[in-house]
Amino acid sequence: MTAAQSATCPVLTDGDAARITLAHGEGGKLSRKLIRGHMLPRLGNRWLQPLGDAAVLSVAAGRLAFSTDSFVVSPLFFPGGDIGSLAVFGTTNDLAVSGARPMWLSLSLIMEEGLPLSVLDQVLDSIAAAAHQVGVQIVAGDTKVVPRGAADGLFINTSGIGKLSEPAPLGPATLIPGDRILLTGPIAQHGMAVLAARESFAVEPPPRSDCGSLLPAVEALRSAAVPVKAMRDATRGGVAAVLHEWSDACGLTLSIDEASIPLSGEVRGLCEILGLDPLFVANEGTMLVAVGPDDVDQALAALRSESISAQSVCIGSVAARTISPVTIRRALGRAQPLDEPLAALLPRIC
Amino acid sequence: MKFVDEFRDPQHAATLLAAIRRSVSRRWTIMEVCGGQTHSLLRYGIEDELQDLVELVHGPGCPVCVTPVAAIEAALALATRPQTILASFGDMLRVPGSRKSLLQVRAAGGDVRIVYSPLDAIVLAQREPERQVVFFAVGFETTAPATALAVLQAARLELKNFSVLCSHVRVQPAMEQILLAPDCRVEGFLAAGHVCTVLGYESYEELVGRFRVPVVVTGFEPVDLLAGIHECIRQLESGQPAVANQYGRSARATGNPAARRMIDQVFAPRDRAWRGMGVIPGGGLELRPQWEQFDARRKFNLEDLAGCDVSDCPSGAVLAGRLRPPDCPHFGKSCTPEHPLGAPMVSAEGACAAYFRYRAAPVGQAEVHTS
Amino acid sequence: MCLAVPGKLVRWLDREPPFCRAEIQFEGITRVCNLSCVPDAQAGDFVIVHAGVAISTLDAQAAAQILADLSRMAEIEQSTEDLP
Repeated sequence: MTAAQSATCPVLTDGDAARITLAHGEGGKLSRKLIRGHMLPRLGNRWLQPLGDAAVLSVAAGRLAFSTDSFVVSPLFFPGGDIGSLAVFGTTNDLAVSGARPMWLSLSLIMEEGLPLSVLDQVLDSIAAAAHQVGVQIVAGDTKVVPRGAADGLFINTSGIGKLSEPAPLGPATLIPGDRILLTGPIAQHGMAVLAARESFAVEPPPRSDCGSLLPAVEALRSAAVPVKAMRDATRGGVAAVLHEWSDACGLTLSIDEASIPLSGEVRGLCEILGLDPLFVANEGTMLVAVGPDDVDQALAALRSESISAQSVCIGSVAARTISPVTIRRALGRAQPLDEPLAALLPRIC
Repeated sequence: MKFVDEFRDPQHAATLLAAIRRSVSRRWTIMEVCGGQTHSLLRYGIEDELQDLVELVHGPGCPVCVTPVAAIEAALALATRPQTILASFGDMLRVPGSRKSLLQVRAAGGDVRIVYSPLDAIVLAQREPERQVVFFAVGFETTAPATALAVLQAARLELKNFSVLCSHVRVQPAMEQILLAPDCRVEGFLAAGHVCTVLGYESYEELVGRFRVPVVVTGFEPVDLLAGIHECIRQLESGQPAVANQYGRSARATGNPAARRMIDQVFAPRDRAWRGMGVIPGGGLELRPQWEQFDARRKFNLEDLAGCDVSDCPSGAVLAGRLRPPDCPHFGKSCTPEHPLGAPMVSAEGACAAYFRYRAAPVGQAEVHTS
Repeated sequence: MCLAVPGKLVRWLDREPPFCRAEIQFEGITRVCNLSCVPDAQAGDFVIVHAGVAISTLDAQAAAQILADLSRMAEIEQSTEDLP
């Protein structure tokens, strides 16, 4: 549908009103209605309200962290979260693990023609709730509508700016032999929740995503004055991807112990029947933290005081480079190489 | 997890390792038939642990790896057909035919679906009556009952839009073929525990009599594998090969009669080409004529399309246990899981991919501190 | 190969082959599987499931036996080591 065509049919029937049409993205009356009727009431603040071309932000002295991420999850809603909460937590977690306090967020929605407005409302509610929880303001936004088939319901991009709390983590390049690796909770919840929802594996209860804000965990470490060497949320590629990234950065071997890794019963069962290794499965509210050997107890105590990281454990350590960048000790007690995640995980049946 | 965790117990594994160490007088060559066993042997470091005592040769038991290019080409052709859904197991999607994989065809717009069970393809056919649903059936006799059930269900439901592209293979003829090769080095077999769960293991008596090799029915957890290796070595050391069962909690001598009946009802053995190994007499299963309305090859007039292995991959030698993956000139160089030259590097269960994932030159042992 | 996993039969849903179905519990989750190949399995039994189809009823006694044998083997080994 062209702009001219959409302009000729401004009167909407009830059926049309309940769904996103191309006209909602044309910048005209319908676009304004969408923004004023659905977005501002949920997300509005003194930066967003004027609907200007750009938000003008005042910054105090200090360093800023800036991060962006796009979210294309299917299905849009899954046990434990939805694309809206994911879009807020995903970007703000990236800021948090960089040592920054998230302050401002931009929000771009790319909607597929035909998306029910009720679905959009539900996602916006979820975005508002997540932003409120993190204490981040949505200060800039954009909406586009693409023809049916050009997107899968709804894609979201968020970019975030945070104020760095000094001292920021030194980064994985500073890891030295003897440093310990902590994990903040049971792994693979998000990836398995989405996989189960998407491929309709029909398991009961379906695994729940860990989708949530890591900011309280990071702040708990900061208030306890734990010297954190590195932090990273274990999203795509799972725990294995972060370990490889850190090993690349420091040139050492990171060794973990399989038995120490927390797993929920649902994820364990589903991973076993599908032949998947949970270490490669995505998380959205679980991170790895590296600390010196003398700071382990203090770090774990701080992390365990927050619900997002209540099940924190130490899973391994850093050592001189041995057989492989990352090794894992499984049942037989022998350190085996743990490879780097490659392509999308496919259930292994035969 | 009950009946899994006990068989990953480090104490029991240590007991068996010590027993194996004590009983070995020379380095024996044992083939584990099944890709799932290969996966576990490497994942748990059993092969490294036994390196000086046993040479483990990885057998042809990865059905995804042995599916011939021609069958994959037929699947690719169906996946690009309008109003057609091609359903298969996840690990089949990455395996390349002569040029493309199902995953690539899906990216180009083909309707390719991952199913966990052939029976999920039946549900799909019921849900989408206006489309043809073809299940690309790969797997050994373990998987054949599931495909047979799908055909029986389709018949009962009178589904007009469901068919099977049958590429099932039979294990024992391949084991025979390996033993018949003049340069065969295999001195004993760990037979595939789940194939034996379905078929039983009485038929191996003939193999043991003819070739004088131990055949030990073996499971998939580390303790199962070590128990299988231990028994195999015990027989080799005593010079008295026999059929033994170390997977008694699942496999019985006569297998699962109901499952066997179902296989016989739906399938008949036929000669079949195995990727890299050539035609194996009786090496495959095809749908019996009475089920021809569910045979995708007849329904869509498909011959197994011609297609050839274009690569230099010596996968035949690997699958027959004559070439160890790390000894292949392409291994880890021009052939990696990202850029596979042949099927054993593609599938997670393929011997080459398993080596690539779990093996590295052992330099030393890493210390793990978790306290 | 054949990834097959033991799960506990929670309850039967349909006993008519080829549509025999039951709820099977794998650690923390339950999935409906086809039990046409193990028509005599009972609630509480463990079955081994491959590609959504149970291919055998697990013999708990055989499982316990092999583990008991291993424990005994370890004891014997221990006692021989303890000998002077």
